[in-house]
Amino acid sequence: MGVGIKVENLNAWFGKHQALHSINMDILPNHATAIIGPSGCGKSTFVRCLNRMHETTPDARAEGKVQVKDMNIYGDGVAPVDVRRRIGMVFQKPNPFPSMSIYDNVAAGLKLNGYRNRKKLDEIVEKSLRSSALWDEVKDDLKKKSGASLSGGQQQRLCIARALAVEPDVLLMDEPASALDPISTSKIEDLIFELKENYTVVIVTHNMQQAARVAEFTAFFLLGKLIEFDKTEKIFTTPTDKRTEDYITGRFG
Amino acid sequence: MPEATRTIQWQRRIADNLATTLSIACVLLVMLPLAAIFIYLLIRGIGALNLAFFTHIPAGGPGEPGGGMANAIVGSVVILLIGSVIGVPLGVGSGIYLSEYSRGQFGRVVRFTADVLNGVPSIVIGIAVYALLVIRQKHFSALAGGVALGIMMIPTITRSTEEMLRLVPNSIREAALGLGIPQWRSTMSITLRTAMSGVITGVMLAFARVSGETAPLLFTALGNQFWSAKLNQPIAALPLQIYIYALSPYDEWHRLAWAGALVLIVLIVATSASVRWIASRGFTGGGR
Repeated sequence: MGVGIKVENLNAWFGKHQALHSINMDILPNHATAIIGPSGCGKSTFVRCLNRMHETTPDARAEGKVQVKDMNIYGDGVAPVDVRRRIGMVFQKPNPFPSMSIYDNVAAGLKLNGYRNRKKLDEIVEKSLRSSALWDEVKDDLKKKSGASLSGGQQQRLCIARALAVEPDVLLMDEPASALDPISTSKIEDLIFELKENYTVVIVTHNMQQAARVAEFTAFFLLGKLIEFDKTEKIFTTPTDKRTEDYITGRFG
Repeated sequence: MPEATRTIQWQRRIADNLATTLSIACVLLVMLPLAAIFIYLLIRGIGALNLAFFTHIPAGGPGEPGGGMANAIVGSVVILLIGSVIGVPLGVGSGIYLSEYSRGQFGRVVRFTADVLNGVPSIVIGIAVYALLVIRQKHFSALAGGVALGIMMIPTITRSTEEMLRLVPNSIREAALGLGIPQWRSTMSITLRTAMSGVITGVMLAFARVSGETAPLLFTALGNQFWSAKLNQPIAALPLQIYIYALSPYDEWHRLAWAGALVLIVLIVATSASVRWIASRGFTGGGR
């Protein structure tokens, strides 16, 4: 089951440049929330703060409170590694591990964290590949083919399966379809629909139609600030803020 | 087709052929010395190769016919093993540090040190090990020879490992971190594994380079006309034996030197090929 995320007063920096300014946001469990905004507005930075990936960039840091279930991920003594196990991430460009088979790619998160039960691993790999709608296409070459030998769209679904295999509560997606063709894109979108049943999904997208199609909630970011956050329908039909309206009607961005 | 277009097409075809021919010529030119050396070694060396060469130690008196280089072949293998045991882990380890962990002054110092060490003449490394080890132990030894070769391997392997790891896209590291895999684990099992074929190439280059080194062994392993596999005793090595025989005035020894050189080259090629073969199984770096 997905869990909600409560973001309070989140600030983030790259060196001296402040990329996020006191963001407050309540992300509901088992829904998809889209993050939109022009390039450089901080949407990627924001999702990367939600699983503490932001700080892996040299000189980057973040402050604030991000409550996921019973854990403030920026709390004292919380290990980033534990946070990332519970909050999975799918990146813009498909990034399967080229030196691993399809099977090992999916199992990587568990295996490399010391999980050894083979039978259970088989089950989890199959389940994850089924959830990412890739099972039928790869079930015959699980251990024969390298993850990098798949097509771009398949690779991205492989990456989704890999993220699901560690059984996270939340799935963050940073423009997961922007490097894909239209057919692969629609497959990923269908997938997001199904994933909501079991996970909380936060998806960054450049494509406003995509946000409208997959997400119940949409947040509009501009220059590192959260301008408006509401039901997707409301954002795209009757936004409260003038800047949101200018953006969705294509006046800038 | 208009005349102008046809002319342009002709020009392109000529330029294309010219560029292809030139690059093929360059390849042939590069391969020429290697082929020449190998063929010449075959012609001069194959005649002296027989079973005795691989099973006997050098014959008693100077220039005496018969005898072989069995002790030198074993000696070279022992010294190279010691060298690799020292050079490969330290070299790969520092390469990993430089690429994955260093962020600042210390990394630059390590990199600079490696580059300088790479440029140190091999005889100087031999003398340094002589001063550090041989004098202290009070005799020449296989161990000292191995240490000298190991030190020579470190900087080459360090820099090549670093370069190869840097070629691994950052997105791969991010994917691993995003799964909650600790950094050391992701470095060893994912980044290093992805770069493995390149890292192995670097290791084999370093190995091949020190395999033929004579100068650093003169002050350390010294050479030995008799059987010895003891690590704390002087030990024979192919390059040393070739050096001694080639400088001698005896035809018989000259023939053995040629044969020794041939065996040395074959040994290097065979090691390189088998390591690559072992490493190429699985998806190491492939499938892209």
